Amino acid sequence: MAQMTMIQAITDALRTELKNDPNTLVFGEDVGVNGGVFRATEGLQKEFGEERVFDTPLAESGIGGLSIGLALQGFRPIPEIQFFGFVFEAMDSIAGQMSRMRYRSGGHYHMPITVRSPFGGGVHTPELHSDSLEGLMAQTPGLKVVVPSTPYDAKGLLLSAIRDNDPVIFLEHLKLYRAFREEVPEEEYTIPLGKADVKREGSDLSIITYGAMVHESLKAATELEKEGYSVEVVDLRTISPLDVETIIASVEKTGRAIVVQEAQKQAGVAANVVAEINERAILSLEAPVLRVTAPDTVYPFSQAESVWLPNYKDVMETAKKVLTF
Amino acid sequence: MASKTDARKALEIVEEQFPTLQILNEDGEIVNKAAMPALTDEQLQELMRRMVYTRILDQRSISLNRQGRLGFYAPTAGQEASQLASQFALEKEDFILPGYRDVPQLIWHGLPLYQAFLFSRGHFQGNQIPDGVNVLSPQIIIGAQYVQAAGVALGMKKNGKKSVAITYTGDGGTSQGDFYEGMNFAGAFKAPAIFVVQNNRFAISTPVAKQSAAKTLAQKAVAAGIPGIQVDGMDPLAVYAATHEARERAINGEGPSLIETLTYRYGPHTMSGDDPTRYRTAELDNEWEKKDPLVRFRKFLENKGLWSEAKENEVIEQAKEEIKEAIKKADAAPKQKVTDLISIMFEEMPYNLKEQYEIYQAKESK
Ligand SMILES: Cc1ncc(C[n+]2csc(CCOP(=O)(O)OP(=O)(O)O)c2C)c(N)n1
Repeated sequence: MAQMTMIQAITDALRTELKNDPNTLVFGEDVGVNGGVFRATEGLQKEFGEERVFDTPLAESGIGGLSIGLALQGFRPIPEIQFFGFVFEAMDSIAGQMSRMRYRSGGHYHMPITVRSPFGGGVHTPELHSDSLEGLMAQTPGLKVVVPSTPYDAKGLLLSAIRDNDPVIFLEHLKLYRAFREEVPEEEYTIPLGKADVKREGSDLSIITYGAMVHESLKAATELEKEGYSVEVVDLRTISPLDVETIIASVEKTGRAIVVQEAQKQAGVAANVVAEINERAILSLEAPVLRVTAPDTVYPFSQAESVWLPNYKDVMETAKKVLTF
Repeated sequence: MASKTDARKALEIVEEQFPTLQILNEDGEIVNKAAMPALTDEQLQELMRRMVYTRILDQRSISLNRQGRLGFYAPTAGQEASQLASQFALEKEDFILPGYRDVPQLIWHGLPLYQAFLFSRGHFQGNQIPDGVNVLSPQIIIGAQYVQAAGVALGMKKNGKKSVAITYTGDGGTSQGDFYEGMNFAGAFKAPAIFVVQNNRFAISTPVAKQSAAKTLAQKAVAAGIPGIQVDGMDPLAVYAATHEARERAINGEGPSLIETLTYRYGPHTMSGDDPTRYRTAELDNEWEKKDPLVRFRKFLENKGLWSEAKENEVIEQAKEEIKEAIKKADAAPKQKVTDLISIMFEEMPYNLKEQYEIYQAKESK
């Protein structure tokens, strides 16, 4: 076992699969010599050569289209979008094309593509570098959407994503890249897609969340424990497809739930989770299911981001409303 | 392989048609008298003044960033001729659509310096362009400004204005679909646009040779059916001459042009952790620093008796003083609130934002 940051765990997963499967290709803007702007692909070009790990011209729609074409030729592309805010450039490739290829061809073609990309707020980037756009992806039929919250999960989930025969959008919260280290096995292991993880058990309230908000929620749970509440934290890990089984089991146990996301409130992943709970477990509920989200503005100019981003205090406030309902 | 179709022929012919226009060489000598633009002595001095000022602004911005007193910043040293001499060929009514590195052009087009600092700090007031200053705030999405420039230019044409839209991207930006779409639209509508590519050899770490099989970026104009030219982007006179002519053509109803300037950024890509030694050699840096636009223009003007050390020091002092004042003014901007941002989302607030406004007002007044 080694102590790894999330970025190291991601590099490790990429190296593992580049070794295992000669059809895997890693490419994108500045991923070669430079090792990616966050160094997620550090050393990979040196180790596997320019045929396997390479820089593309600067065009996200090009990267998306190239991935589709390479997949049609039997490769297993692992493209990087340098920041997920640039995905708008590749929306047709991803949401209009690769997500539909299996369906469009009646199952004849498939798209074993893993689109990796950093996203998320809290580090004072310029515009379109911090947006949480996973809701757009989760709303697109034909895509799987994965958001790891720890180094251990990142490695296991990324290996599953790469081995999956359908397109996976793999979103890496950039504030978590180097936030902490944990034990990560050097050997390979997988974590199945579509499986949530109970990161903390509790009996009074379920907090359902993903990404960086897992850590705010865990902090809130620790604080709430001091006030006598037992709080469970469910990390979705995959936001499409949702692990409704784990969500519902947790809610049936606690009878109360809140859903926490970093993204804006309108039409998001949290709304979808609330709807699933209402449709499947309404009779187990002792209180309405509430959401903790960012407000419905564009991602803020960086000077306001510390107030704009949801934090553990916001989680506690909403948790108490539900706990005392 | 012997060709029966001669498919390569047109390409070979085209590629030979894009020599680099140079007027002022590295030693400050005029090497192309015929292309020399008609600039008065005062104009030449003013252009030098702006380049010196902007070099100081870049140095100060970098150190302010290091002290944590500025935020996002993309260094400009090396690109002064490309940036400032092209802007110098414009009139006030011309509209600039910049990329993130093109803050100097905005400042010389009238954007107050303190607002450029607020933009860097991530404060929305930095982007509240004063009325009468015809610019957009710096574009973050590579290439997006190119298509928008076609729209601004077409709008000017429809309004019967004698002005142009000018937009800037880098060598990397020419790989985006928007780059082609912008030129093609402007060409199809004969819209008065000027498309500038500052080819500084690298898109972050990616060398220009990896962007395209094309020998020059200027030749990409051919496919759009518009004039294109490659100029020495370290030569302010060549950049000015090419931009001035492109502007003349545009306002005469002859449509858009593409200008590729060969230049170099001395510094890192941005101040957010880029390390150029990972992808550039010191030899290459040295080679390009010898072409420095300030050095050659200074020589040229000194030989004409139009510039001196004393004059230069005066400009440097003035720049430092004005930068200090602008930082003070930026410091005085009100603390940015989430409620400010909620209120600039729509003309009229929908229900959700109205509710959220109340919530954040309570939070932010604590
Ligand atoms: C659509 C989009 N993709 C990627 C980026 C990230 N990015 C910022 S600058 C840059 C390189 C741009 O290079 P170039 O166009 O040559 O301009 P330069 O920075 O050299 O001035 C990249 C990839 C971005 N801002 N927007």
